[in-house]
Amino acid sequence: MAKQSTAKKTVPQKPLNVPQVAATKEKSAAPSLDRLIHERLRLGIISALAANDSLTFSHLKNLLNTTDGNLSVHARKLEEAGYISCTKFFEGRLPKTEYKLTAAGRIALEKYLSHMESLIKQMRNA
Amino acid sequence: MNPAPLPKSQPEPPALHDRAMDNLRYIRETMELATAFTGISGWGEIAIGVTALVASAIAAQQATFNAWLAVWIAEGLISLLIAGWSMDRKARVIKMPLGSGPGRKAVFSLTPPMIAGGLLTIMLVQAGLTNAIPGVWLLLYGTGVITGGMYSVKVVPIMGICFMTLGTLALFSPPAFANWFMAAGFGVLHLVFGAIIVRKYGG
Repeated sequence: MAKQSTAKKTVPQKPLNVPQVAATKEKSAAPSLDRLIHERLRLGIISALAANDSLTFSHLKNLLNTTDGNLSVHARKLEEAGYISCTKFFEGRLPKTEYKLTAAGRIALEKYLSHMESLIKQMRNA
Repeated sequence: MNPAPLPKSQPEPPALHDRAMDNLRYIRETMELATAFTGISGWGEIAIGVTALVASAIAAQQATFNAWLAVWIAEGLISLLIAGWSMDRKARVIKMPLGSGPGRKAVFSLTPPMIAGGLLTIMLVQAGLTNAIPGVWLLLYGTGVITGGMYSVKVVPIMGICFMTLGTLALFSPPAFANWFMAAGFGVLHLVFGAIIVRKYGG
């Protein structure tokens, strides 16, 4: 937990001379990380949808153990990026929202997976 | 140059490595949870639990062993129908064919111990060791649930372990308790775990 918070702080807000150069060099060396699905809940949404054809909002909410607000904010971000698609319909009188993973979303998850795997491999070889 | 030179060659290796592992684990767990969630029907298990309780009450009143066996074979067939129907229904709701993924896993992991159970039952009847049958059934069903549950949410293998524990107890208890073990296993355990699945994984 502590490590995560310090890691976030190392992203320089103001232009600093030396560290800035080092940071950009490091970034170009490694394939760029997909920030959009790096976030925990968004990664969870993508993973859950990768295992199913489609899931409704309430299924996803139960599955990921989160709140309505949180889920809708993050799902919208993924939708805007074209990673998931969203259809709204009525089941009787109840409005339902159904999410699906798009082809772009599946590719993004695969890229993310291979990125994580290459990180682990690098450490094994080092 | 006041600021300490950044360690370029080793960008905090253990943390990065651990986090990558953690991310992969999270993805896998979420996918597993998502498939289990859709594959197993908690309501189906509750229905099986109810019919098993009824069956154990009827079976307990039978005078002969053959009649007792017939009641449980009938209950077994009813349970299969309920399981098939409820999983099919759930698979339909989320538009996932029953033949793929969780449904197939459950069928594949439960079939071998059930065949073994059938053969052992015939053998035990022939050998006159009918008192061992409830224990053997509970044990074998438990093994099937554990192997099927390996791909599933944690409650499923836990249910299998409970079945195996009950089966073990049944094998080493006086035959007078046999009906109670059957009711506790196929009735109560299905009810309890079915309710947990309905509550935690939505239906």
